[in-house]
Amino acid sequence: MSIQMLSLLADAGFETAYMVLAALSIGTLLGAPLGVLLATSGRGELFPLPAFNRVVGALVNATRSIPFIILAVAIIPFTRLVAGTSIGTSAAIVPLTVAATPFIARIIEGAVRGVDAGLIEAAQAMGAKPLQIVFKVLLPEALPAIVLGLTLTTVLLIGYSAMVGAVGGGGLGDLGIRYGYQRFRPDVMASVVVVLIAVVQLIQTAGDRLARRLNKRVR
Amino acid sequence: MIRLEGLEKVYPAAHGKPAHHALRGVDLEIGKGEIFGIIGRSGAGKSTLIRTVNRLEEATGGRVVVDGVDIAQLSSADLTAFRRRTGMVFQHFNLLSSRTVYGNVALPLELAGIPKAEIAARVAPLLDIVGLSDKSDRYPAELSGGQKQRVGIARALVAEPKVLLCDEVTSALDPETTQQILDLLRDINRRLKLTMMVITHEMSVVRELCDRVAVIDDGMIVEQGNVFDVFVKPQHPTTQALIAGEIEAALPKSLRRIINEGPAGAGENPVVKIVFTGPNAYDPIISQLSRIAGIDFNILAGQVDYIQNRPFGILFVEAKGGLAEAEKAIAFVRSRNLNAEVIGHVDPNAVPAG
Repeated sequence: MSIQMLSLLADAGFETAYMVLAALSIGTLLGAPLGVLLATSGRGELFPLPAFNRVVGALVNATRSIPFIILAVAIIPFTRLVAGTSIGTSAAIVPLTVAATPFIARIIEGAVRGVDAGLIEAAQAMGAKPLQIVFKVLLPEALPAIVLGLTLTTVLLIGYSAMVGAVGGGGLGDLGIRYGYQRFRPDVMASVVVVLIAVVQLIQTAGDRLARRLNKRVR
Repeated sequence: MIRLEGLEKVYPAAHGKPAHHALRGVDLEIGKGEIFGIIGRSGAGKSTLIRTVNRLEEATGGRVVVDGVDIAQLSSADLTAFRRRTGMVFQHFNLLSSRTVYGNVALPLELAGIPKAEIAARVAPLLDIVGLSDKSDRYPAELSGGQKQRVGIARALVAEPKVLLCDEVTSALDPETTQQILDLLRDINRRLKLTMMVITHEMSVVRELCDRVAVIDDGMIVEQGNVFDVFVKPQHPTTQALIAGEIEAALPKSLRRIINEGPAGAGENPVVKIVFTGPNAYDPIISQLSRIAGIDFNILAGQVDYIQNRPFGILFVEAKGGLAEAEKAIAFVRSRNLNAEVIGHVDPNAVPAG
């Protein structure tokens, strides 16, 4: 493997990591409160806002039903508004975040709904306020499931990030397409695939291990 | 301490199900320091009832007055404070799996914003009371059912409540563990002078733990009183049915099989059930019976129990004679203020010799 190719792989890998981590962080920041609200705003729940619940639910579903490559292109005006440009690695973070946020919201919603309703009742019986229930009961109890869900999101985002080459996003996927496919360099293509497989394996293993360590339910 | 006045709860019709009238005018008065049992079959409304006391369920009519305060009038902040002074223990423990034993017991104090050092000073003695000092750093998943319930009890007590609500606290436990938990609750009641409301479907829990009991059926209190009196002279059919299970245990299945409950067949002897209670429970009744009725009595089965430290016994005897002699014996038993009746007949040859 040539020095040149290693440097190409390193640059592209860094771009992918940058896009995925940024989208994951911002997506979690936006998606987590949304997910908690989705899980607790139904009728008779902690923050009963059934109308809000239905609207946000529909919005989340709508975003999630658009294929990512179409979403990335369709929201270019919005990307330009946020990032100042629609081209480049930083700009690609915008569509990735837009795709990640509703996904993470659903993941968190599912994890929070998985917490035994008896725990909410017990917390209420000991005089916990709704926000205390979220931070002292729901989130700690849902944490192992949230970690697994975020691991899944990370892998999904790595996949999506390969498509942002279409809007000049760079990254490993872009490298594979431009060098491996368009310039007939099967060695580049193979290297990209190997690196992606290794990275996804690593992330999944780390996520599984962390979730298992956090899960005190099974001993 | 706890007074319920005409308490009503109606769940509105939803999802095609008609409205459900869970509580239909419940009146109860629970005294300070008392252990008050509420027993009923599943669906009778007892879980709804206990949840109206700390407003986990909002009553749709009537009043709940705790320590002189109508709890429906409490503001949101006052309700929070009230709930902190009211402990609750649950059937399925409801412990946080992500927190250790210590963390679970500390939670109510954390929620109240109590400093860490003070929390530590209050949790330790409670873990001692429930016998879990050595399990402080363990997670609930590492504990047995009985130990989990001890954590639940410690958690309910850590904020020093005046009232303890117990919702089917032994229903998920085996008999031996149940006994230990009931002993612990008794002990806590004496030590801390707590008022306790105990919901259960098991008569044995009422017998072992409670001072007074109310029987709930279809959202209404159908009978209430001193545990001993309710046990010995149940008035309502629901109470009788609940107690029957306890009493039938005294008559082994093998015997029940050979007792003919219809009219006496040829050569069959009457079987008399004698219930011993009160001051005459210690009388040498069998030898007296033989003398008075002029026949022998064969003891088939029996048990003597103590309810609130008062003897309560049941004896099943075969009258080695006719119905006339048996009636004579029954009349004598009744004259001693004990209860007796013929429950059937038995072929003397079918009775296992013994």
